[in-house]
Amino acid sequence: MSEQVVLERNDLNGLFTVLQGQGYTVIGPTLQDGAIVYDELTSDKDLPEGWTDEQDGGIYRLKKRSDKALFGYVVGPYTWKRFLDPPEKRLWQAKREGNDFRIIPENEPPPKYAFLGVRSCEIHALAIQDRVFLEGDYRNTSYEKRREAALIIGVQCVQAGGTCFCVSVNTGPRAESGFDLALTEILEEDRHYFVVETGTDQGAKIIDGLKVQPAKETEVAEADNRISHAAKNMGRKLNTEGVRDLLVQNHDHARWDEVANRCLSCANCTMVCPTCFCSTVEDVTDITGEHAERWQKQDSCFTMDFSYLHGGSVRASTRSQYRQWLTHKLATWIDQFDESGCTGCGRCITWCPVAIDLTEEVEAIRKSSSLESVVQSDKER
Amino acid sequence: MTKIDKPKLAVWKFASCDGCQLSLLDCEDELLSVAEEIEIAHFPEATRQVLKGPYDLSLVEGSITTPQDAKRIQEVRRVSKTLITIGACATAGGIQALRNFQDVKEFVSIVYANPAYIDTLNQSTPIAEHVAVDFELRGCPINKTQLLEVISAFLAKRKPNTPAHSTCIECKRRGTVCVMVAGGTPCLGPITHAGCGAICPSYQRGCYGCFGPMENPNTSSMSEGWKKSGASDDEIKRVFRTFNAWADSFREESEKHDK
Repeated sequence: MSEQVVLERNDLNGLFTVLQGQGYTVIGPTLQDGAIVYDELTSDKDLPEGWTDEQDGGIYRLKKRSDKALFGYVVGPYTWKRFLDPPEKRLWQAKREGNDFRIIPENEPPPKYAFLGVRSCEIHALAIQDRVFLEGDYRNTSYEKRREAALIIGVQCVQAGGTCFCVSVNTGPRAESGFDLALTEILEEDRHYFVVETGTDQGAKIIDGLKVQPAKETEVAEADNRISHAAKNMGRKLNTEGVRDLLVQNHDHARWDEVANRCLSCANCTMVCPTCFCSTVEDVTDITGEHAERWQKQDSCFTMDFSYLHGGSVRASTRSQYRQWLTHKLATWIDQFDESGCTGCGRCITWCPVAIDLTEEVEAIRKSSSLESVVQSDKER
Repeated sequence: MTKIDKPKLAVWKFASCDGCQLSLLDCEDELLSVAEEIEIAHFPEATRQVLKGPYDLSLVEGSITTPQDAKRIQEVRRVSKTLITIGACATAGGIQALRNFQDVKEFVSIVYANPAYIDTLNQSTPIAEHVAVDFELRGCPINKTQLLEVISAFLAKRKPNTPAHSTCIECKRRGTVCVMVAGGTPCLGPITHAGCGAICPSYQRGCYGCFGPMENPNTSSMSEGWKKSGASDDEIKRVFRTFNAWADSFREESEKHDK
């Protein structure tokens, strides 16, 4: 990584000018309907200046800050997967031609996105989705094209949210790699600036177009301090020790019944999760039957159709649906992809209408199981 | 397909407001294509011309509320190869099923000058309680895009794409911020059948449950949450007693709060 630089707040808009000049559509945090969501930004004026979020199980509230921070909040309901693997996309069309039909593929050039304000947990989520979509025999080519074209501008977290636990799963709060640029926002009494780290040559080219100064040691130290502050203030924690075996060995734990009493199987946790990748396919014909389309739609393991096989749904109860989700996310994901599927972003806790908290669920199962046996079997593995 | 082969469509009205069958006329641009593919054989709201049955596809709107209608639906079933019910009245008894929780004779004696002329059943019931139904399309009113999908699916002999999962999935797909989590607005979305496209939350309103219960609704957990935030039993009861009050899970939940 090259030398860090400092970008003054008043020169931040230069970043938008450079990105737009290079043909990027800038996507980043902005206020919408009572939350900070990711959407297209035209300038720094679209950023949620002076706003923060308060989060807890089932609760998200915007609050005014006493300062003019641009990135003084954590993550909202939507994730970058929305832009890389859209929730609804047409895969192809078909046209009837006599007794045959002709396939019309989707040939739209991929959008060129610059993601601004990507947090460390989210950078880890991108890496997890890369593994899911780009490795193995069947690649998600539409994701691949969008991902290759995308520029990642990270923002280091200097505060933690009420449902954050990235420290527990080693995904933050400092983004170490996986970005083209990473900003740390620093507000002092009479100064507002960003310490900028460069992760790639592409990032360095963007820096070239900005009005920056080499960062002083004190400025870099200040940035580090603030990130450490976030690390010490996580709203939640998750003990991941032996969690794979803990969940796999407790399929019949009474806690699953308890959580099923509360769970709505509404699927919100999976829809907001930055790593959940499931989709369904719908084939539609029009009224004439001359034209058909195949659509891919974001799906969830909390629907009956998801596990429908001939004769019925394999996981018809809420108990089995929740157990499947949590066990996959924290345990069998490791078997499948050699890493956990959880990035500690806390979205599933915040956006659950009935405040189900996976850190609490794991703890409840752990407390009433024999931890020794779990740790033991983890070592044997 | 030659003209003679065109499947015959019939639209039948029982106790209802007509809004659902109007959705077919509302199809406007697509209506001409519909008319080209199927023969509209019985649709009094659209045309006086009535062709004799049997009919390949019957769309049935409304609930059964009178002894005459209870007989008539049997006749409709007899002349229909495929029978699809459309809308909350036909699939759940509709708003008029609120009578099911009360004494109808008492209403009749208060409302009508001459109650002797009124011949009505004690309950408003969905069509499926009377005859075999091939497919139920939910909504109050139904979504016209879904209606076209159902007709297209019928013509192509395929299963219609009308998922029974929660409305939350539609909200999240379209990118609406959750009104419940971010605004504290009570919302029936998590227990409501998808299909409308999550209209109300996109206007910052809670879902009213027009499409009825989703596939596995956890109504008691929803009620618990509202109770914790200060809702009374009466308020909770009213939330479940609207257009789909007689749908099993909504009915059972409302009865728990009927004190």
